[in-house]
Amino acid sequence: MASQEVLREGPSRGSLINDPRVRGIFFQALVLVLLVAGVWWVTHNVIVNLTRLHIASGFGFLKGRAGFDISESAIAYSSDSTYFRAILVGFINTVIVAVVGIITASIIGFIVGIGRLSRNWLIRKICTVYVEVFRNIPPLLVIFFWYSGVLAVLPPPRESINLPFGSFLNQRGFYFPRAVWGEGSWLILVALLLGIAMAWFVARKARQRQMATGQPFPVLWTSIALIVGLPLLAYALSGFPLSFEFPKQSTFNLVGGFQVRPEFLSLYLALSCYTAAFIAEIVRAGIRGVSTGQTEAAAALGLRSGSILRLVVVPQAMRIVIPPLTSQYLNLTKNSSLAIAIGYPDLTATAGTVLNQTGQAVEGVVIMMAVYLALSLITSAIMNVVNARMALVER
Amino acid sequence: MKHIAIGVLGAAAFGFAASAASAATLDDVKAKGFIQCGVSTGLAGFSAPDDKGEWQGIDADFCRAVAAAVFGDGTKVKFTPLSAKERFTALQSGEIDILSRNTTWTINRDTALGLNFIGTTYYDGQGFMINAKKLPGVNSALQLSGAAVCVQSGTTTELNLADYFKSNKMEYNPVVFEKLEEVNAAYDAGRCDVYTTDQSGLYGIRLTLGAPADHVVLPEIISKEPLGPAVRQGDDQWYHIVKWTYFALLDAEELGITKANVDEMKNSDSPEIKRVLGQEADTKIGTDLGVSNDWVVNIVKAVGNYGEMFERNVGSGSPLKIARGINALWTKGGLQYAPPIR
Repeated sequence: MASQEVLREGPSRGSLINDPRVRGIFFQALVLVLLVAGVWWVTHNVIVNLTRLHIASGFGFLKGRAGFDISESAIAYSSDSTYFRAILVGFINTVIVAVVGIITASIIGFIVGIGRLSRNWLIRKICTVYVEVFRNIPPLLVIFFWYSGVLAVLPPPRESINLPFGSFLNQRGFYFPRAVWGEGSWLILVALLLGIAMAWFVARKARQRQMATGQPFPVLWTSIALIVGLPLLAYALSGFPLSFEFPKQSTFNLVGGFQVRPEFLSLYLALSCYTAAFIAEIVRAGIRGVSTGQTEAAAALGLRSGSILRLVVVPQAMRIVIPPLTSQYLNLTKNSSLAIAIGYPDLTATAGTVLNQTGQAVEGVVIMMAVYLALSLITSAIMNVVNARMALVER
Repeated sequence: MKHIAIGVLGAAAFGFAASAASAATLDDVKAKGFIQCGVSTGLAGFSAPDDKGEWQGIDADFCRAVAAAVFGDGTKVKFTPLSAKERFTALQSGEIDILSRNTTWTINRDTALGLNFIGTTYYDGQGFMINAKKLPGVNSALQLSGAAVCVQSGTTTELNLADYFKSNKMEYNPVVFEKLEEVNAAYDAGRCDVYTTDQSGLYGIRLTLGAPADHVVLPEIISKEPLGPAVRQGDDQWYHIVKWTYFALLDAEELGITKANVDEMKNSDSPEIKRVLGQEADTKIGTDLGVSNDWVVNIVKAVGNYGEMFERNVGSGSPLKIARGINALWTKGGLQYAPPIR
């Protein structure tokens, strides 16, 4: 530290050109000037060209009537809604497929990653083949594989495959009964929340008791009983208000019930399978990164192999796993823009349509870039919090 | 070098080739020696590559006609296949010189998008196609409530579809793709019950399906779709050249000038024919436009007159067999009418 201070404060020997401090300031200033000039040049050029070409600009177009329909929407949307709402629908669809995809990819990834380290030859080889196949195929092809290769060969609506519980599978998607909540069903929700809160409380108490007395408590079974039992009780008490709407055959399609479209299904399955291959490798690297001494020491303490994995290996592996895992989550979110190839109305698709209908190319692309950037930064921020909680606490 | 680097950066960031597209398109075109023509990614009869990789169709031939007017050689065209979504940005940015891609002329495109449509090379209307074998008994678009409808995104078709179902209080389920081939594949695979686009397009697409005879185009036409080429705003000379190329094709048909007889027509006794073909003494019609005086001769030699172009690509000389209908000349009860060349 001291020597650096001396270097900084010391008188410059020779000319200014050789002074590291002056040089540093000069190059930083140069980069800044170039950056500002570059941004100004691009912005100026775009504005001049737009004016010259008589193209309207600004974000006012977002208030206009969209006029087109979107197949999948989590919020109320019709052709009378605004362009802004159309983009919002696309954004929500992107978030839905990203969140569901991340959860599924993590589950498959962890199972396959641990499977690759299994002592069972068959499991190990199956997991290796899975990783090598999906890791080495471009994600767009995986999407097409699911869309054209698997889902498109299903039967047409009139010859739907009947599945248990009134569900159907055909080339228009997967249909299952939709729950219709009747009068008094809020009680069930309250009971569910109450059950979760009580389970959390019981787990906390049980932990404290085990720490203090060494007495274990069957937390898992108690929790299941609370989380499942309380809502069931509420269901019975409120007079069985739940009914189901079943999908039925009509002229063209199955109507009623809940439909999961093949576009969503194939995008979701493709992104999950593809990203899971990378997550599996990250998990494997994380587990291999924990020294065998840890496992041996835990075994010497008399822990069973499941407990060793859960209590000793995984917590330490997570510290290695989480930073690269964040990158994979970001990749999955960004890869979801490949949805456009199969017509899933994600952000890129709806914003692209808006861009085309209004001709506002610059604004449209800026909106898309800003939204993806924000989405990625939020994902990173969440993962950084998780990482900070997992990190080694030095005492 | 720095300018190029920043230009590339700007283009990449905003989808705009900022340094391209100066005002005088004609000079640019002459300097590079060919016309860059934006076409569809493959629509039979309008613009689609044949088995030798040559672009065929009315829209492709129209660009050849402009090339013949400018260079005296109809082959000096390069084609850029564009999806419906890409087409306007490509024209605005200067990537192409003419957009000749079965594009509907609307007020919004003429004003807010900064384009100039030069006329209507094909009067069309939006229709519906269904698989009659899978859906027996459906013979009107008004029976389509609840259907899944395949449509290409970023088109007027998508908007008309929403309007039509809404105004008839019917439900539908849009299945939207960006590329024409994706829509075709989805419809052929049965992902949707109905295919909607311009009727001429439906006839063209039907030919590419697995079993064309199973599919029928429903009688309803739900919109006006005047299809025509467009250029950028702000260059009147280029606009005039493209517009008068279209009129020259119509006038040639009206005067009976064909690919076969154009050379003998030069010696015709009719002063009108002589004037159109640039055979009048001291004529300045062509040079005032910015092209040579025998421009109409070049156009007709390259692609024939409008009628020949129509019959060869979509009419009786093609697999589509579309009747002239409202696309006949005004003298034959159609809508195609050109101001006189004089």
